[in-house]
Amino acid sequence: MISIPATIKISLRALWVNKMRSSLTMLGIIIGVGAVIAMLAVGTGASRKIAQQVASVGSNLIIVVPGSTTQGGLRMGSGSQSTLTIGDAEAIESECSAVQTVAPILSGSGQVVYGNQNWATSITGTTPSILVVRDCAIVEGRNFSDQDIRNATKVCLIGQTVVENLFGGEDPLNKIIRVKNVPFTVVGILEEKGQSLGGQDQDDVVYIPITTAQKKIIGTAFPGMVRTIMVKAKSTDELPVAETEVNDLLMQRHHIGPSRDVDFTVRNLTQMLQMAQQFTTVMTLLLGAIASVSLVVGGIGIMNIMLVSVTERTREIGIRMAVGAKAKDIRFQFIIEAMTLSLIGGIVGIIVGTIVAAVISKFADWPTVVSPFAVLLAFGFSGFIGIFFGFYPAYKASLLNPIDALRYE
Amino acid sequence: MALIETEDLYKIYDLGDNPVHALDGVTLSIEQGEFVAIMGPSGSGKSTFMNVVGCLDKPSSGTYRLDSMDIGSLTPDALADIRSRKIGFVFQGFNLLPRATAVENVELPMLYNGIHSAQRRDRAMRALKSLGLEGREHHHPNQLSGGQQQRLAIARALVNEAPLIIADEPTGNLDTKTSIEIMEIFVKLNRESGITIILVTHESDIATYSRRRIHFLDGKVVSDEAGVS
Repeated sequence: MISIPATIKISLRALWVNKMRSSLTMLGIIIGVGAVIAMLAVGTGASRKIAQQVASVGSNLIIVVPGSTTQGGLRMGSGSQSTLTIGDAEAIESECSAVQTVAPILSGSGQVVYGNQNWATSITGTTPSILVVRDCAIVEGRNFSDQDIRNATKVCLIGQTVVENLFGGEDPLNKIIRVKNVPFTVVGILEEKGQSLGGQDQDDVVYIPITTAQKKIIGTAFPGMVRTIMVKAKSTDELPVAETEVNDLLMQRHHIGPSRDVDFTVRNLTQMLQMAQQFTTVMTLLLGAIASVSLVVGGIGIMNIMLVSVTERTREIGIRMAVGAKAKDIRFQFIIEAMTLSLIGGIVGIIVGTIVAAVISKFADWPTVVSPFAVLLAFGFSGFIGIFFGFYPAYKASLLNPIDALRYE
Repeated sequence: MALIETEDLYKIYDLGDNPVHALDGVTLSIEQGEFVAIMGPSGSGKSTFMNVVGCLDKPSSGTYRLDSMDIGSLTPDALADIRSRKIGFVFQGFNLLPRATAVENVELPMLYNGIHSAQRRDRAMRALKSLGLEGREHHHPNQLSGGQQQRLAIARALVNEAPLIIADEPTGNLDTKTSIEIMEIFVKLNRESGITIILVTHESDIATYSRRRIHFLDGKVVSDEAGVS
């Protein structure tokens, strides 16, 4: 059996002699692998971004919003009715088995002031369970307690954007800020969450106890009214069950019958985001599949050039056979040659694809991720292409009869 | 103990209606250490005989024993193995690899029988030196003269220490002076190293270097005479 280093040396020399031809053949593989890498990077980047969104909104999340109202023939859109109450939220928490916890929300916006700084932000009245619902953590300080809710204490949690804009370098903890002119003590600082899918800054928030919000900050149509109710299901599997339970419970509580319109909407946010994620996964696969077509075309290019090479080198094959090369030695030599072409093309293609992905990231402002999986896949696939498309020419070469091959002009 | 024994060797090419008998019952025996010239006009079967003896081709019928091994029953891989260990070829057109250097051409047969790379280089260098190609190791064949190319081919044939060298019109592409030089190398190899040489030629003055001349005609041996060189 011929040694592998010697074979690789022979292959490299044969490829080097026809530099132009070899590099053009490689170009086919480079484009193919580059396209696969770049497309997978674009797709992976998109799905990773959506996964982050899912995580930042909170997992297994259901949102209940009031229904629409009609005022003088104008339909006001969903959420315009004031039908949800703290009582609804408490009922959901205690009666729905698939629900882990519930956070009622009464939100508005307003100016917050600290020292000589002021900032317009969103003010959210809620309960301590908001942190569980939104999968959010406190980096400093504490959450407000049930007691704060009962007593309508003037305490607040603030997001990173508010911290930056009001405090600059100062430590905000236990400082008094004025929310719509009412003094609140900052008891906790929320961790950074980044932008939401809609481009909203999720760190530009002030959380206050819902009771305080109802009494002091945000006007309500009636006591105990809330804007929305956020519901966290126990698990992803139980999400549809929780959705049905919440829906059924509210239908009952709001006395919705055949003659009365439904005055609330249950939205399954996580499911929507998961669908978006599934969509990007499918898109990634599709892009990858389309790109791999060019890789296969590159492989056919290799096969073509190897067939030419075998014919051109018939005499060389004859000489090798006369001095003792076996059929498998000849086969091995040509397969190694095809693999050398495809693997060098693959490596260059990975580099080119990574650069293209970076350029897309920069100019299209689209996150791209070149995953090790994609690199391995592309490299493995190009090696496979080399073997697959190199095999037939190599096999053809090994079938040559030494006498005829030696006589070949 | 004969190195080569053929018995009733036939090689028939079936070209439709009239089959061609390239070898038509050849029975021969060549001893170890002989220097034999195979002669005959073109189409006489001498090339076919050379291919069969060189294990490049198989006879249609009859037996061929090389070193008392029956060649007829062997697979193509086994034939390649025998070529690698027992036979060195020297061709009219040299058949060197044009892109490989002289030393790499000589190393070629050793690539296929598992000789380690350092030893390959060493043996190839010694073979080149013994044929007076010192200083030409890294030349490509097209940088060498015809005589040097043929000496390179002889070095390649010798490097596996094969007991048999088959030379097919080795001087066909060379001028008279170089032909004499090459033939003297064969004579020397035969005398000093005891290598069996089968020389295929149609030139009788080249054949005089051999010690036995076998004439082929129409696939048959027509004469087999010993002569003093």
